[in-house]
Amino acid sequence: MKRSVTSFVVAAAVLLASALPAGAATLDTVKSRGVLNCGANGQLPGFGLPDAQGIWTGFDVDYCRAIAAAIFNDPAKVKFVALTAKDRFTALQSGDVDVLARNTTWSSSRDTQLGLHAIGVNYYDGQGFVVRKSLKVNSALELSDASVCVQQGTTTELNLADYFRSNKMKLKSVTFAQLDEALKAYDSGRCDAFTADASALYSVRLKLAKPDDHVVLPEIISKEPLSPFVRHGDEQWFDIVKWIHFALLNAEEFNITKANVDEQLKSDNPEIKRLLGTEGNFGEQLGLTKDWVYRIIKNVGNYGEIFERNLGQGSPLKISRGLNGLWTKGGIQYAPPVR
Amino acid sequence: MRRDSAAGPKVSLFYDPKLRGAVYQIVLLVVIVALAVAFIRNVADNLERNHITSGFGFLDATAGFDISQTLIEYSISTSTYARTFWIGLLNTLLVAGLGIVCATVLGFLVGAAQLSANWLVARLARAYVEIVRNIPLLLHLLFWYNAVLRALPDFRDSYILPGGGLLNSRGLFLPKPVFESGLQPLVIALAAGLIAAWLWRFAAGRHRERTGMQRPLMLPMLALIAAPALLAITVFGFKMQWDLPELGRFNVRGGSEILPEFVALLVALSIYTAGFIAEVVRAGLQSVPYGQSEAAAALGLRRGQILQLVVIPQAQRVIIPPLTNQYLNLTKNSSLAVAIGYPDLVQIFAGTVLNVTGQAVEVITMTLAVYLTISLFTSAGMNWYQSRITRVNR
Repeated sequence: MKRSVTSFVVAAAVLLASALPAGAATLDTVKSRGVLNCGANGQLPGFGLPDAQGIWTGFDVDYCRAIAAAIFNDPAKVKFVALTAKDRFTALQSGDVDVLARNTTWSSSRDTQLGLHAIGVNYYDGQGFVVRKSLKVNSALELSDASVCVQQGTTTELNLADYFRSNKMKLKSVTFAQLDEALKAYDSGRCDAFTADASALYSVRLKLAKPDDHVVLPEIISKEPLSPFVRHGDEQWFDIVKWIHFALLNAEEFNITKANVDEQLKSDNPEIKRLLGTEGNFGEQLGLTKDWVYRIIKNVGNYGEIFERNLGQGSPLKISRGLNGLWTKGGIQYAPPVR
Repeated sequence: MRRDSAAGPKVSLFYDPKLRGAVYQIVLLVVIVALAVAFIRNVADNLERNHITSGFGFLDATAGFDISQTLIEYSISTSTYARTFWIGLLNTLLVAGLGIVCATVLGFLVGAAQLSANWLVARLARAYVEIVRNIPLLLHLLFWYNAVLRALPDFRDSYILPGGGLLNSRGLFLPKPVFESGLQPLVIALAAGLIAAWLWRFAAGRHRERTGMQRPLMLPMLALIAAPALLAITVFGFKMQWDLPELGRFNVRGGSEILPEFVALLVALSIYTAGFIAEVVRAGLQSVPYGQSEAAAALGLRRGQILQLVVIPQAQRVIIPPLTNQYLNLTKNSSLAVAIGYPDLVQIFAGTVLNVTGQAVEVITMTLAVYLTISLFTSAGMNWYQSRITRVNR
């Protein structure tokens, strides 16, 4: 009996030790696991949504595929975890996911208080409102006293309160854990207005029973720089995800596409050579392979291709590049060079 | 075979059952404490390593989000997270408290109806129990919220209720009384009347025990309550107005508002839990031997009296413990509010606040502590009541 008690204590201690999230580097964990765990949206067409066959598509989803492509040379080695706005940070903090690519706004408290790193803005967004046309509202400033349906635990919820407060308007907000529930409540007449990031408004408007009865108000009431997030404390992993984002932008800038990447391997342009790994070993310095960017572009495409496929002209949303255009083309997307 | 250690031959300490028992308990205690310490240190280490803020300092920070139902004062611009905690807690207590009352009343009615001599009533009650308790609570909730309350008209086509209330898909809007004068004397007079009525009842009970004669109860008690109130109104006067709800451009303005989320949650919780309470009540009533009723009838008691004086007091002892379980379930189930957006503790505090501050460990610990406290208090209250009505065996 004594012995079995001792062995119980030992077993408990071993169990406990193994339950500790390993201090090991995220990259090594991902490699040994053989698959990247990616926190994604799951309900937002254009950003993250599984189709009928369970295949995930979307702008944020492609970021995870790009990471998997860089590590494994296989964009399918991703396990997507659908997260609500409310649960997303806990999932990342606790190590359930390696990266959170879920249209998440970069703010100071998320960098500091939550112990996370935003890797860089992959979509410049802002918050807007949808109302029924029949209300004859022309501006968000007329919404005093209106009920507004909003998703809980988002910067959207906080901006909404700020906006009504600073414009001395009376707010009645009705909050839901899921975007779909909030939208359904708005659609059924529970609220006068629905608010979310402008990009999401384009996409969810299509889910309404009669999309043409609704109108997006002109005001954008906040800055919503969306970014993928990683945990504090693993600088190598932070660098990898950050530079994959920059590589996607650089590839677009040098016109390296999924279609022409093999040709571009023969390019004499030193910047293209460095990017694609035919010169230097910048990928190895990150902990990846020399041809990391080649792998990404070959499998997923560059930033512009990802954008157009999921959000732009190649998608039902038809969102124009706007602020998200490259700096060379009137937008503000700008990446540091690989060298 | 147990050997009496005092009388038997001396056994080695190793085989002394008392000592062994004590050692095992100490070892177990050490293991539990060690595990707890290890867990806490593990959490603290991980929070530290991942640079996640910890501690309860966040409670004093300004919350800055809106809440749709607040029983105490709340302002977006100044109220703190601590305030949102109390608001969530009060909203939980409100729906749980009202739910317990409604579920008990409905449950007792259905439970008694199951034993009715009327075939139709008994079968209907049985059907109610079987249907209600075999459907998951979440579906009840979604049914009431999405199917029933959403089907109400848009607020521009509200049903107008007698007295000026409005009913629409955004909730029930009732006239709100605005007291202008004479409220205080009226409240005092009503309180005095209630005390007087209770004293009358108490005295009547003593009188009956002494003499066996029943004094009239209903009319004198009503008179005792009403008389001081009427007197207060005539002497001090009483003025009040109704703040009627009216249609605004958006929404209904004025009046007092009852959210559809609240109604859906309350109705679903009450109806669902009533199904279980009905079974508890039925079992309790059936546990009283039929001979008791027959004996009471032989003594000349009427049917109502038999139920009230003989059957129910004995059934109560069987009913109370499982009833407590149902009350605890109802309170805990109220956290399903999240599904329909009712701002209870879980939705507000373990939802929005957790997400905005990111302090999962602290927020969840506080939420757990609240539910534990509510449950322990409920049990303690019910146990106290149980001990009061338990028959004292002589």
